[in-house]
Amino acid sequence: MNALDWCFKKSIWVYHVNAGACNGCDIEILNALTPYYDVERFGIRLVHTPRHADALLVTGPVTRQVRERLLRLYDATPEPKLVIGVGSCPTGGGIWHNSYATVGGLGKVLPVNIYIPGCPPRPEAILYGVAQALGLVPQQVSPQEYAEVT
Amino acid sequence: MSVSAIPLAIFYTLVFPGLLFTGLIGLWLTWVDRKVTAIVQSRVGPPWFQPYADIGKLLGKRMTIPRGAPLLGFLGAPVLAVTGATLTAVIVFVALIRPSASFVGDLIVLVYLSALPAIALIIGGASSRSPFGAIGASREMSMVLAYEAGFLLAVITVMIHAGSVRLADVHAYQAAHGSIAGSLSGLLALVVFIACTQAKLGFLPFDISEADTELIGGPLAEYSGAGLALFKLARAMLFLVLPTLCVLLFLGPVTANVASILGFLVKLLAVLVVVILIKATHARLRLDQALRFFWTRIAVVGLVAAGLALLGL
Repeated sequence: MNALDWCFKKSIWVYHVNAGACNGCDIEILNALTPYYDVERFGIRLVHTPRHADALLVTGPVTRQVRERLLRLYDATPEPKLVIGVGSCPTGGGIWHNSYATVGGLGKVLPVNIYIPGCPPRPEAILYGVAQALGLVPQQVSPQEYAEVT
Repeated sequence: MSVSAIPLAIFYTLVFPGLLFTGLIGLWLTWVDRKVTAIVQSRVGPPWFQPYADIGKLLGKRMTIPRGAPLLGFLGAPVLAVTGATLTAVIVFVALIRPSASFVGDLIVLVYLSALPAIALIIGGASSRSPFGAIGASREMSMVLAYEAGFLLAVITVMIHAGSVRLADVHAYQAAHGSIAGSLSGLLALVVFIACTQAKLGFLPFDISEADTELIGGPLAEYSGAGLALFKLARAMLFLVLPTLCVLLFLGPVTANVASILGFLVKLLAVLVVVILIKATHARLRLDQALRFFWTRIAVVGLVAAGLALLGL
């Protein structure tokens, strides 16, 4: 592992994007940033502009309105970058998977590095997910796909 | 200057006590800052290598240049900030380790050079073609005018005491007559100096131009990658140099024996902790409140200090 990779793993600045979420996941993200969980221990910081960000924490099923803005945000974030979907909604749309008003999941808009499922996920799960996206901890669950029986 | 002195000058500027030394120690001190803040907030705080990882990561990222931004201003500003911080560091530390090499008037030069990072921030913000950068630059401009007056008055008080504009003479004066902060005017000037240090470092309650929560970083909002890293480095270097200057100007001499050097480090740490505690326990002031604070309180106290110093108090 070279020095720059090490630096990237030890210092990850996240930018929080609400792409049409109900605010449940946003509140859990804020919980993860409180002194109780103290993400600064791991070098994680919340930044306020995508130019400073290393990771986009996206919540919500990506509504049609927010799709363009999300793409612009992604372009504004300098390489190398991570995209992390927080909650059930970015993970395939959640209960909005077939709604006309949403795109139906973050994976249809941006290349996602990791999904953190849960409605909403616990702050511990969000921390674990970010650490897993960086390759610091092992994967615990794997995606399963199945087709509906017609 | 003779030709043989040039390699030494380059060494002073780039390695010790210039860019490399001040940068490494200054970055480590920003960890002290973050750790003390974390303790105040009942947290654990980041590991000791955190600032180095941050800078390393920023250097490894791609730098985005906003469309239509003037390249000289946008790319030159971070370099100017680091240059200003480096030269300030060299003058302060050379006066400390080799008093014979310091020149007449270096205190005045210091006042100007230590303002360079703030001026770089104004240039960078104004040329970033972002409303956040423009607002941040204009706020920084108002702040510079306000706090430089107080800073200058504090330094003038010291000059009147020592009867010289040379840092090494201030040092010699304190070795002979005790620390300048021991007198009434010196004490007032010390308070003024610390308030202005807080503003020069862009720390709460005076981080008005950057204001993460309202201006998303102000002049820094459009900087990414190496540009941001250089601004952070300049800030970290000032975080070492300004408290060191504060100790040298007000809190007594340091000589080449172990007890004196330990005393110097303890005083430096004390000044740092005062600055950090002010930062960790205060909310941000509005621009008008900060300007009123500096013009009607700090500048007046600075004038009183200079007046008392003229009377010999």
